[in-house]
Parts: sequence; structure tokens; C-alpha cells
Amino acid sequence: MNMVSETNPVAAGAALHPCWSCKGPVANRALFCSVCGAVQGPGAVDHFTRLGIAETFEVDLRELERQYFGFQRRLHPDRFASRTPRERALSQQQAVALNEAYETLRDPLKRAAYLLRRRGRTVDIDGAATVNDPALLMEAMEMREALADAESPADVSKIAAKADAEVLACQCAISGALGADDLDRAANLTTRLKYLYKLADEARARKAKMTRPML
Amino acid sequence: MLLQLHEPGETPAPHEDERGPAVGIDLGTTNSVVAVPVDGLPRVLRDDKGSGLVPSVVAYDEDGTVLVGTEARKLLLDRPEAVVSSVKRLMGRGGGDVKALAGTLPFDLDTEAEGGMVRLKVGGRTLTPVEISADILRELKARTEAQLDAKVEQAVITVPAYFDDAARTATKDAARLAGLEVLRLVNEPTAAALAYGLDNETEGVYAVYDLGGGTFDISILRMEKGVFQVRATGGDAALGGDDFDHAIAEHFLAERRASLGEETITPAEAKQALMTARLAKECLSNSMGGEWMIEVDGKRSRHFLDRDTLDRLIAPFVDRTVAICQAVLEDADVEPGLVQGVVLVGGSTRVPLVRTKVAALFGREPLSDIDPDEVVAVGAALQAEALTRGSDTLLLDVTPLSLGIETMGGIVEKVIPRNTPIPVAMAQEFTTYQDGQAAMLIHVVQGEREMVDQCRSLARFVLSGIPPMTAGAARIRVTFAVDADGLLTVSAQETTTGVEQQVAVKPSYGLSEDEMARMLRDSMEHAKEDMEVRLLTEARVEARRSILALQSALGVDSDLLSAEERQVIDEAVSGAERAMAGDDRAAIQDAMERLEAATKPFAERRMDRGIRSALAGVNVERLEGSLGDD
Ligand SMILES: Nc1ncnc2c1ncn2[C@@H]1O[C@H](COP(=O)(O)OP(=O)(O)O)[C@@H](O)[C@H]1O
Ligand SMILES: [Mg+2]
Ligand SMILES: [Zn+2]
Repeated sequence: MNMVSETNPVAAGAALHPCWSCKGPVANRALFCSVCGAVQGPGAVDHFTRLGIAETFEVDLRELERQYFGFQRRLHPDRFASRTPRERALSQQQAVALNEAYETLRDPLKRAAYLLRRRGRTVDIDGAATVNDPALLMEAMEMREALADAESPADVSKIAAKADAEVLACQCAISGALGADDLDRAANLTTRLKYLYKLADEARARKAKMTRPML
Repeated sequence: MLLQLHEPGETPAPHEDERGPAVGIDLGTTNSVVAVPVDGLPRVLRDDKGSGLVPSVVAYDEDGTVLVGTEARKLLLDRPEAVVSSVKRLMGRGGGDVKALAGTLPFDLDTEAEGGMVRLKVGGRTLTPVEISADILRELKARTEAQLDAKVEQAVITVPAYFDDAARTATKDAARLAGLEVLRLVNEPTAAALAYGLDNETEGVYAVYDLGGGTFDISILRMEKGVFQVRATGGDAALGGDDFDHAIAEHFLAERRASLGEETITPAEAKQALMTARLAKECLSNSMGGEWMIEVDGKRSRHFLDRDTLDRLIAPFVDRTVAICQAVLEDADVEPGLVQGVVLVGGSTRVPLVRTKVAALFGREPLSDIDPDEVVAVGAALQAEALTRGSDTLLLDVTPLSLGIETMGGIVEKVIPRNTPIPVAMAQEFTTYQDGQAAMLIHVVQGEREMVDQCRSLARFVLSGIPPMTAGAARIRVTFAVDADGLLTVSAQETTTGVEQQVAVKPSYGLSEDEMARMLRDSMEHAKEDMEVRLLTEARVEARRSILALQSALGVDSDLLSAEERQVIDEAVSGAERAMAGDDRAAIQDAMERLEAATKPFAERRMDRGIRSALAGVNVERLEGSLGDD
């Protein structure tokens, strides 16, 4: 179990600001005012802190989900539907921030890129950045060729299974590299993971096309 | 205790009873259903024959009378020019969209009308789909009020999950015209899941398959301890039982041409064939075959239809729904065998071929213990209750379609991909492509295709006042925000200078604010008073919230005040309470300003004291714990 704020909350962070509702002091990271109970804005915290889980690549997805559901239960705009417009707007901001954190941490590729960004490294996982890793290019080309040559669903399944296995292996390697603080290696592996995702997707799409009755 | 959090729903919104119950409305293509929460158990409103379904059919008489439901449907054959059905198919549609469908729709469209929105010629009038839907809603509201003997002003209205932004906005506009405040637009499959989940305390991954008259939706949900998390959703906003009817009618008409030896088919024959086809289809859900007759102008033809022929005619449509299910399962990253239950919704799921194919895909018999016609309205009523009275359940929904922006060469750059949890806000940066470019056209589209002309255009606006820079130097940040109703707002900002522009995306072919205002005036004689009543209620709610907040603060830090200071505050509070008891909104606002001034020194002293408060980032179990025992 991860306890981000095992330490004294005031020491752990956060200066105070006046509560918008009762004007009393509230910690910058508080979700609700401790005096009047009014919901506060999301504040600028990292995704791990926001969801109350430890900052690591090895995220326990069940725990992530439990935390995410728990915070949404308190903060989602549906809980504030009959409140004042200001409270509704704040809860919407909170829910947006929770969704962003959840979406980032749930996906290993986005999570890896996020962890790297927190350590000052940018890896482009959205755009089509050029790859200058010849081994990766070679591997991608070979797999694409194999996919193009595959004639039966079984052939494609084999390739898809191989791509999935590579994805898993790459995630393990990223975890190791991040753990060892080897950022160069972690960044390269993250780029590799992005391409492996693409290949696995292509294999799956090809398989679906072969087995599906019609569209 | 360190963590003293208050449950947001703990202090109930005051005086909500003033407003009467909030209801759930399934505004369907073919039929509409209203359900009302009664002590946590939703009740479907029924007519004196026990039916909960109100046909979504409207008849407009020359003398101004508007009929809705069964009465209107009876006029369909006699006075087709005065009756509109399936208007939901046109919600949020532009003239261009509808041309593509021309001939297949039972509408007389006004093609002359300028402006983007489709207009229908009916009973000597020209009406938009929004106005016609508003007539249905107005009737549903009136019937509900009559049965409950209470005013109904708030509703949760369901929409197909696959409805785009334009259709959602149109639905909300229709409700506004009918005098209903929309508490939330809820996706139909999500509402159905809510109705099931509560009944059965289900956990795990579920699929909701909703095939109605005109729309098809499939959603994959994760259910856990009262949380309904949509993992992926998909569908087709123009696929349903109507398509079955068309296929059968064509089959009948081909037979008729052959048996009568005629070349052409009159519109009256086509209409009759369609009604017969529907009848035959519905009968064959419970029998293996039968014979039907089409008689127009004294000319008769006989048509035998058995289950096998029916299945052959409709198989292409059912297969399409299966293919969409497979694609959505992939999006959700779920193997069909892992789905723990399949919920059937919509009248067309009574068709045996649909049941067989759905069962084969998921490898299990689907659930249908709640009436598939009523389950959506029941879910909507539960959500209406949750929003007004509080609840332990929570719906977490997603965007059904990707949202993006047009870039060079007509290529779509996606800003928010489909199946992203909402509410959501995402930004993307763009730049200028010409030296000194002072303005940029921002074209917002929705859809999965790569090219702009294959997606639905939602809005265009111009960000102007960009200071002269070399091409590629400006940084234009476009932010897309989708709220919990699935409605989009777009804003754009040049970040090096701060030039900003914000637009609520009103689809370019939708109703303009002016048109909307005119319709509101026309439809509500008391629009102005209604507005004033709403503002007054809001002012009271806001004032009450402020006073409650102040009282909490006084409970904790009263020692910061001298007796005189306290008396000044107490007097200001009494003043505010007196104003709140009256009907003068300005007086309430004045009193609140005086209260604010009176409490200023108190607020400053509390700030100095620097009381610690709870932090974000706490483990949820501790959060819950601290909520439980405070
Ligand atoms: N017993 C039945 N067998 C086959 N189809 C049916 C049956 N009952 C209703 N339908 C079809 O269901 C459709 C209407 O379903 P419904 O869920 O009410 O639609 P919507 O949600 O579009 O309003 C129509 O196409 C109707 O013909
Ligand atoms: Mg329906
Ligand atoms: Zn407060």
C-alpha cells in the first residue's frame, strides 16, 4: 500500500490559500475545505500524487483503478449536479485532472514517457518522430514483411503472439532501466515500445480482417 | 483528527423539493418512455392500457392542434402529409447529410430553406427536428405532470452513445424548448447498464447491445462496486429495425410487381408495404411463418414469409452489428469470452436471428429480464435520482467518436481520440504556415477518418489578431474540452502573445442562438418570468451555501472574534436570511455583499492562523475512512 502523505501533510507540501467559499486557509493540495467542506480546484500535482500511488513504472493496475474510482466517487460532476455553478465547475476540473492522470498511468507507453519527462527527458510517443536505431528499423521491416506474407489466420496469430511477447519483454526492460536510472536506455526502449505497439496493432488488425465475416 | 473531509453530498441542496421530481426520459426514434424515481425504485409511466411506450410520432393539424403518440400514429395512413415519425434520425443533421438519405426517409423536406438545419414540411408548416422533438417532450412532460400531480422541470434524457456533438446539442435544445432543464444527457447503453447493475449487484465486464428502430449502440462496461466504467463504445446512428422493414418491404413489392404484372409502385403502395413488412417482422419473432396481404386501390397481392426468408433478408444488417461489436471489443481490449453478461436493449433485439448471432459472438445467452423497451428509461430515472438526491453509484462514460481539427491538405489531426473518459480537456499546438499570417481558421471535426471531408464538420471559427511573425513561429494552442454530457467546447490561444478566443461548439448547421431565442419566446409565454424564477432560486441556493460555509468557519474559529465583531456578523446573517425569505433577487445580492464585507476581518485572521487542511494525494482508503468516521 502506498502512502504518499505518510509524512506531516503541511511539511509535505503545499502552501495555504484561502478557501473560495469560507475564506479560511486550505492546503493547496486539499480536495475539500476542512472547515466548510467546499470542493477545491485540482491544483498542480503530478499524476502519481493525484491518484495517491507510488511513483514507479511498476504500477499495480488494480490499485490504480481502485484509487481512480475512489477519487471519482468523491469528485465527479455527477456528485455536484444540484450544487452551485462554481462547485460544479471545480468538480469538473477535478474529474478532468483525474481522467488525465488515469489515462497516462494506465498505459505503459504513456507512463514510461511521463516518468521520463519528469526526469527531464522528452520522448515523442504521439508524432512520427524519425527513428535512428537501425536494429529497431530492421526488426520492424522484417515483421511487416512477415505480416504481408502471412497467408492463414494461424500465421498471423503467430506473428501477433510474437509481437505481444516483445511488448512484454520491452516493458520489463524499461522497468529495469528506469530503476537503474539509466535514462538513455529507458528513452530508447520507450521509442522501441511505441513501434512494437504499432506492430502488435497491425498484426491484430490483420487477424481480425481474416477471421471476421464481413464489415 | 488530521483528515477531516466532508462528503460533498452531505449537506443536501436546500429547497430542492420546490422543484418537483426529476424524471428519466428515453426519447427514442420509434417510442419514448418516461420513468419516475419513487423511493429509489423507478416507476415507468403507463397509459390506461398499461403501455409505457409512447410512439415518437407527432401530427400537426391545420387548426394548430398538435397530437403526440398513439393518436398521431393512427393518422399516419390517412393524413401522411401531416404526420412526422422517426424525427430522431434527423437530429443535428444538415441539409447535405440528408440529401444522401433522400428517398429512404419518410419526410417531406424543405430543400429551399436557407441556413444549414434541415426543415420538414408538415401539416402546412415548416419545422426543424428540434421543434418536433420539443413537441414530443412537451407532451411527455404534460402527461407526467398530470399523473404525478406535480410540476416536472428537470430530466435526465438519454441519447444513443454514438450520437455526435451536433445531435446531442440538438437534443438539449429540444428539451429547453419544452421547458425542461437537462440534468444530464446519458448514453442509452450506459443507462441500461445502470438499471441492470443495481438490480443484480453485478461485477465484471458487461456488454450492452442496443438495437432499436433507427440506431444501433454497443458498449463494453466494467462494473465494480457501484462504479459503471464504460471501456469502449461504438455503433451506427442509422442502423436498426427500420432497415429490416425496408428489406422486407422491397421483397414484398418485388413479389407484388410480379403477381400484378405492373412496372411501377405508387408511394401509397410503398407506405402500405412498409407497414405490412413491420407487422410481418414482429409476428415472426414468435412464429415460424405467415401470410400477409397488401391492398391498395382495390388491387390485392398475397405474400408468404417464413423465418428462413426473413433471416436471409435481414442477415446483412445483423452481421453489420456483429462486426461493430467485434471492433468495439478490440477497442476495449476484451476477448468476447471474457464478457460476463450481455444485456439486450431495444425492440429489435426480440428478433430471433439477432439473439442467435449475439449469443454466438459472446458464447452465452444474453440477459433480458428487464423489459428491453423500458430498461433505458429506468436507468435514466435512477440517474435523475442520483443527481438530485445523491447516490452510491457512479457512471464514468467516454467519447464515442474522435474529435479533431483540420490541418494542411485537409488532413485531420486528432485532438481527443474516441473512447477517452469524460469529462476531458486536451490541447494541441499548431502554427502558422505563412509569414505575417494574422488569422487562422480553426475547423473542428468529429469522426474516425483521416480526411476532413469524410468526417462530420462541427464548427469553424477564426482566431484573429495573431501578431506578425515568420511562418512557423506562432504557437497556437487549441484546447478541446468535453463535459460530462459529452458536449464539446473549443478554445484557441496564441501562446506567445495571449490572444484568446473561445467558442462553444454550436454545430454550423444547428440552430443559431438567435433562432433558439425566438423559438423560446414563441413557445413559452412565460419565458421571462421562468427565467427570473430560476435566477431567484439560484441566488437563494448560493446565499444559503455561503451562510452554511460561514457557520462552519464560526464553529471552528469563533475565538478570533470579539463579542461586538460577532454581533455585527450575526446581524448581517439575519439580514441575509430575511432577504432570502423574500422574492427580491437584488435585495438578496445586496445583503450578501454586506455579509461579505462584515466577515472580511474574520477571514483575514483565519488565514493568518494557518489552519492545516487535508491534502490531495492521500490513499483513497484513508480518504474513505476519514469520511466514514467524521
Ligand atoms: N416483437 C418484435 N419483433 C421484432 N421487432 C420488434 C418487435 N417489437 C418491436 N420491434 C421493433 O423494434 C423497433 C423499435 O424499438 P425501440 O427500442 O422502441 O426503438 P427506439 O429506441 O429506436 O425508439 C422497431 O423497428 C420495431 O419494429
Ligand atoms: Mg431506444
Ligand atoms: Zn471553506
